Amino acid sequence: MLHQLGALRALAVYAFWILATIVVLSAVMVIAARNPVHSVLFLILAFFTSAGLLVLIGAEFLAMLLVVVYVGAVAVLFLFVVMMLDVDFVELKQGFLSYLPFGLLVGAVFLAEIVLASFAGLESHVSTFDASPGAATNAEAIGQVMYTQYMLLFQMAGIILLVAMIGAIVLTLRHRPGVKRQSVAKQTSRRRSDAFELKDPSSGQGI
Amino acid sequence: MDLGLSHYLTVSAALFTIGVVGIFVNRKNIIVILMAIELILLSVNLNLIAFSVFNGDIAGQIFAMLVLTVAAAEAAVGLAILVVYFRNRGDIAVENVDLMKG
Repeated sequence: MLHQLGALRALAVYAFWILATIVVLSAVMVIAARNPVHSVLFLILAFFTSAGLLVLIGAEFLAMLLVVVYVGAVAVLFLFVVMMLDVDFVELKQGFLSYLPFGLLVGAVFLAEIVLASFAGLESHVSTFDASPGAATNAEAIGQVMYTQYMLLFQMAGIILLVAMIGAIVLTLRHRPGVKRQSVAKQTSRRRSDAFELKDPSSGQGI
Repeated sequence: MDLGLSHYLTVSAALFTIGVVGIFVNRKNIIVILMAIELILLSVNLNLIAFSVFNGDIAGQIFAMLVLTVAAAEAAVGLAILVVYFRNRGDIAVENVDLMKG
């Protein structure tokens, strides 16, 4: 039994390294791909693989949310926009190499800072983990605090989404001139007297 | 060696750095810049969830969910602005965005 558990843990570490390699490589391809459609597809791969990384440590709910929200909504939105805009992307790619040294320099500085900061504060190697403290499943643990302790934040998140939705609609809505549209107010305010009148012509004569 | 917090912090640091470099090297292509921002937010989420799991505190996962919300809202509004800009100007070259600076 103990032997099986140890094998399972070793398997988890192998899975972690495979998934981590895929995440990092696909992230590199997101910023380096020549075609933005490929960039979006690699972005989807990166999100999907990091969902796998989250499943590995037991955070299933967030993993599924990542797949639903990022892969299902955000990445598809990106894909729509990339395919909708008729842009010469080869021209936009120019200057990639000239910015590369500076970008790599800034990236190296960032990486050094993160590594220094995170490993300075990490005195003990934590190897036990519990993704759902005080509950049987991960979703249960999240639900227990989200609707009680973090109710206000939860509702604010809803308002943020509503504002973003209205904002996106208002920004992209347009009224093209010369297109006939239905005007309900105009239709309902129309009276019988505006539309026709009764004539009573005497016989043998026109109106 | 068991799966530990430092594993996840390493991946997260790499993702964050790749995102930052992506913003610098793709200065003309705003779509890729937005995708690089998504990568950065993903790395932040990974960090939050990893700390949450390895410290046994569920709050980090709630925060990750809020970051997810904001990232989705940001992508929607950013892409809407991009579409409107393209409709008005016919291209998405971001070096011309400062025309209204005066």
